[in-house]
Amino acid sequence: MARVAREKPGPLEYHRRWPLQLIVGATFFFLYFPLIILMVFSFNDSKRNIVWQGFTFDYYEKVFKNAELIEAFGNSLTIAFFCTIISVVLGALTAVMLWRFRFPGKTAVEGAMALPIVVPEICMGVAMLVFFAKIMPWPSGMPWPFNLGAIIIAHVSFAFPFVATVVRARLASFNRELEEAAKDLGASEWRTFWDVLVPHMQPGLIAGALLAFTLSLDDFVITFFTAGPDTITFPVKVYSMLRFSVTPEVNAASTILIVVTVVLTAVGLHLQNQSENKKPKP
Amino acid sequence: MEQTWRQARGAFAAIAAPPLVWLLLFFLVPLGVIWAYSFGENVGPITIDLTGTFANYMRALEPLYLSIFGKSVIVAGVTTLLCLLVGFPVALAIAFASPRMKAWLLLLIMLPFWTNLLIRTFALIAVLREQGYVNFGIEWFWNLASSARELVGMAPLGDYEPLTLLYNNAAVIVGLVYVHLPFMVLPLYSALDRMDRSLMEASLDLGAGHLRTILLVVVPLAAPGIASGVLITFIPALGSYLTPDLLGGTDSQMIANVIERQFKKANDWPFGAALSFLLMYLTFFAIAAQALIQRKPGRR
Repeated sequence: MARVAREKPGPLEYHRRWPLQLIVGATFFFLYFPLIILMVFSFNDSKRNIVWQGFTFDYYEKVFKNAELIEAFGNSLTIAFFCTIISVVLGALTAVMLWRFRFPGKTAVEGAMALPIVVPEICMGVAMLVFFAKIMPWPSGMPWPFNLGAIIIAHVSFAFPFVATVVRARLASFNRELEEAAKDLGASEWRTFWDVLVPHMQPGLIAGALLAFTLSLDDFVITFFTAGPDTITFPVKVYSMLRFSVTPEVNAASTILIVVTVVLTAVGLHLQNQSENKKPKP
Repeated sequence: MEQTWRQARGAFAAIAAPPLVWLLLFFLVPLGVIWAYSFGENVGPITIDLTGTFANYMRALEPLYLSIFGKSVIVAGVTTLLCLLVGFPVALAIAFASPRMKAWLLLLIMLPFWTNLLIRTFALIAVLREQGYVNFGIEWFWNLASSARELVGMAPLGDYEPLTLLYNNAAVIVGLVYVHLPFMVLPLYSALDRMDRSLMEASLDLGAGHLRTILLVVVPLAAPGIASGVLITFIPALGSYLTPDLLGGTDSQMIANVIERQFKKANDWPFGAALSFLLMYLTFFAIAAQALIQRKPGRR
């Protein structure tokens, strides 16, 4: 009985019981196995990515030589960048409005702000399609990046309510007396906002920016309906490549996108932790 | 204490105007146009007359489209149920893990969120197709069994016929579970994490087994978390477009695929608009139902 060295799990230590460990292990296998296979096979030296043939960087080279794919990738990053900036500003303003003021119709405004979060993507996609086809046609042939305007607008519309939710949660911990103190000491409305409220919101703003960026980069359905022939984004391009033929090039492009998103998210989370730890908790 | 808007009209206008104008112009107006179109008629290739007709809604109630609605609800429901069955033990294990391990497990659950939906679906295709890893795995066992039979002197099994795992309803459900599992685990985890554990200890002390404790103590306590997890999984699953499009066969189209076809291929915008609004009403109905259920435990 030498192997009883590991004590039995306590009554509530569910994570140490084998049936649960089995389920958790199987779940993570289910979640990650396809992605790992996808990444591994981007290095596979074979046209049909079914059997492992040997290691190669060929398909990464092909991706970087594929002008359309690179352009689509650039478009996606540009859209995500502008979408993040506009969404953070609008989301922060929404959060401050709902947190600071009492006004008639507030419940209705709160409800309307939650709509973009719950309305199915497909409905929003077709609404944007009709809007940009009939009501406000986006001028075609605009110079880059203005040709992406319609997609940026559509992305902001669904991203900024998410930012508002995150920032509002952060504002809940703000001590309103600080704002009053600043005003008593003679600070103007704008200065109080910029020097007292914004620094407090900062972790929420970073978290919101991160969310807006990933939402925009990830979106396929709404972009699919707003994108024109000369404004292809990365997911839309990958979709058409998938329809056409599946080569390891798609794997390589996907791997690049996964790495870019994971790195950016890690940087964002790191910044968020830093700005949360810098200041003492109120 | 909140300020009334009258105390600082200038500040209120400066803060409230940009988001409200944006929401109105770039969200409510587009939806309003779709709503208006759902009462319209195609009179030319690109002209739509807003005649106030209900014909589009009547057409949506035809058996063909009703069955697609029904199928979408069933597929989303089965997806939600599977997510709950898998997600609950996972959330339980995470909630009771040590703080360090908890952070890692949560990160692992959330990481797929940051991976593009299209890429995840594509990854799943490579695993499920006839020359994919699931079939390779089964083939390996098949050949093993075949040689085992030869060893004991029985006739070997025939050649392995790969299973068709893609382009059917099961593939759509697997894909939806794959994509939506994190949506279920996170609210379940936060409910289980907040739960008063002394109640579980009491139940175990008084002689109830683990299964009984979980079913009779943990599940009722975590009911609000379960309800929000179910809603958060069901709504996007109901309106999903990409998964049935890429993983489904001809008979596994969901409502979003029909809407897409009306707008892109069939060019019947009024009918597509009516279907969109029916899908939206269905979503709101699910939210309202959840709100009603949510309120009940509080009254008890």
